Amino acid sequence: MKTNGNGSPWMISVFLLVIFLGGWHLLTLRTSFDAKGKTEEQLQMLEFNGDIVRAEAGGYAWNPEKMKGVPGPLAVVEKARVELSEAFVIKGTNDHGIGYLVLYTVSRFAGGFLAASVVAIIFGVLLGLNRVLFRAVNPFIQVLKPISPLAWMPLLLYTVKDPKWTAVLVVFMAAVWPTLATTAFGVSSLKKEYLHVAAILQLSWFKRLYRVILPGAAPTIVNGLRIAFGSALVAVVPAEMLLGELGVGYLSWIEWNNLDIAGVIFAILVVGVVGVILDSGFNKLAGLVTYQE
Amino acid sequence: MSDGDGNSSRTMAVSPRADAEKAESSDEHLERTIERAVAGAVIRAADPSRRRFLTAMGAAALTALVAELLPLKEFAAFAADPVGKPEKTDLNIAFIPITCATPIIMAEPLGFYRKHGLNAKVKRAAGWAMVRDWAINKDVDAAHMLSPMPLAITLGAGSVPVPFYMPAVENVNGQAITLHNKHKGVTTAADMKGFRFCVPFDYSMHNYLLRYFLAEGGVHPDKDVQIRVVPPPEMVANLKAGNVDGYLAPDPFNQRAVYENAGFIFKLSKEIWDKHPCCGFAISKEFASQYPNTFLALFRSIVDATNYASNPAHRKEIAEAIAPTNYLNQPVTVLEQVLTGTYADGLGAIKKDPGRIDFDPYPWHSMAIWIMTQMKRWGHLKGEVNYSAVAEQVYRAADCDRIAKELGYPTHQGVMAKHTIMGREFDATQPDAYVRSFKIHSMA
Repeated sequence: MKTNGNGSPWMISVFLLVIFLGGWHLLTLRTSFDAKGKTEEQLQMLEFNGDIVRAEAGGYAWNPEKMKGVPGPLAVVEKARVELSEAFVIKGTNDHGIGYLVLYTVSRFAGGFLAASVVAIIFGVLLGLNRVLFRAVNPFIQVLKPISPLAWMPLLLYTVKDPKWTAVLVVFMAAVWPTLATTAFGVSSLKKEYLHVAAILQLSWFKRLYRVILPGAAPTIVNGLRIAFGSALVAVVPAEMLLGELGVGYLSWIEWNNLDIAGVIFAILVVGVVGVILDSGFNKLAGLVTYQE
Repeated sequence: MSDGDGNSSRTMAVSPRADAEKAESSDEHLERTIERAVAGAVIRAADPSRRRFLTAMGAAALTALVAELLPLKEFAAFAADPVGKPEKTDLNIAFIPITCATPIIMAEPLGFYRKHGLNAKVKRAAGWAMVRDWAINKDVDAAHMLSPMPLAITLGAGSVPVPFYMPAVENVNGQAITLHNKHKGVTTAADMKGFRFCVPFDYSMHNYLLRYFLAEGGVHPDKDVQIRVVPPPEMVANLKAGNVDGYLAPDPFNQRAVYENAGFIFKLSKEIWDKHPCCGFAISKEFASQYPNTFLALFRSIVDATNYASNPAHRKEIAEAIAPTNYLNQPVTVLEQVLTGTYADGLGAIKKDPGRIDFDPYPWHSMAIWIMTQMKRWGHLKGEVNYSAVAEQVYRAADCDRIAKELGYPTHQGVMAKHTIMGREFDATQPDAYVRSFKIHSMA
């Protein structure tokens, strides 16, 4: 940590966070309930509708259960505390703890992403090694690549007839094209010298693939995987929302449907944290296979 | 061994065959008896020349042929006494988180499924299209559906045609027209020209009642207003955001709008048609014939739970049972206001109407016929419709009453009731004339 005139980035991060939370708190503060000027009948009406509750000291206070507008940071922290304390509790078919929801989302994401990566790398290498085939198939890849993975969802649901597998396939669709395109590109633009050396050494086809082609194209393939990773992560949340499959994406939708905005903010934070953890894990793995020329 | 009573001496030496007969469950025996009876009846009814042909076919082949047309296994299940053991006990039942589903939902926490030998779990869906897809794709064994949905699915309107049953209605009444707070001055349908409305599904009582109400007031629902399909849970959020002017929605979302100070209750649906059907319990014909005893046990649980929910004394207990996150995920006060009928209308008054929502399982065929006349009226059904045949196939009125009688609940006379909708009487025996009587419609 350098402590010269510019200050440390950590300090600035913390400072920004404090400013943000403080501002959020102040903007969402609610004045306490004032019964002045209200008739007994109006007060009864407010109480009946759950707007206010009788305070212990007598008089009325706003019902803390009922949010008005955007909840403050303290309400979100309280929501998070409750949710995290029951992270691994299953209260019924439709109410699984947040820990399980994260697990469902991560496994759905991992299944779709891994399957897509394997398929894309295999076909990418085949296309990259055969220039004519690559040029023949490329127009199709270019058309299929920009289609939003969610646009496939109704068709997938109709043909697969199973929402669980449909969600995984939506992730698959999001992840397969970037990896396929970049792998084919990476393999086809391998330095000619590498292949010449391999030919001179008379390596078998299999050895050539493992010793020369894949390592040579690895930086490009990893770049493709990184793009695929991002788009798969983006796809998994709306797929859960639309299909009603339990997961963190569905959590945010259910909280919205119930107008529990603190719950929505909590769900967004969970999606963010899950994304960061998955992303750093991916970067560690990517570091193992890339190299500096 | 019911036929072995006369000659008890023979039972001393038990033959292997008699052993096998004894081992044969009473279920199978009953099934065979029914098969024989049906085959016999068909042969007797045929004229002499055909009779020879049918006899030559043999009872088994004939039964198979008849079974194509008549669900014999279901008949056997209904005739079985004591109740046959369910073939499948672990079940998933889809529901939408609304008070209409009360009997289906509460049957889990209050133990009605368990009482009838089932381990059923209810699975929450986020919209009616999702329920339809789950039901058709067999992700769930049975489902809470809007009362027009089993008719629409059976007829292939808005989906591939799949024969469905609606063994029981869940709730009658229980909907309302809710308008945004900015429309507090609105008094008639004519004031609503240019509004943007939400309904939960195309094939819903909500849609048909809203259209009926608007059209009676001279407003064409396809020309003078916009009607959009929005899943019930999203309606309040949309109303709050000002995306829509109002909706005809299932509760608790009308009361929830008042609770959120976003809207007011303009009209309860019972003011349009008192005792109209709303939601129902639906199951595919395939499931019912594949697992007849399970179907029957489910049917019993539902009739039992629905009648239990009908008793006003049970409503508070029910509100607490279905409020948690796993079911409706709503504030208890909102559910209580809906279920007890003592509610804030959003205009500053507390109203009392115990009939705001009620529960009655009996699926009158006349209800199905009314729904189909409206499907026809608004272009959801094209061509000739055999109203009473479809109603009889989908709405299992006779079976429902048989179970009600067995469980000691009230039964009904006939399958056609007189319905009065906004002062106009509906004669279910004249559906075509009824459809033609409307000036405002969207028929080609």
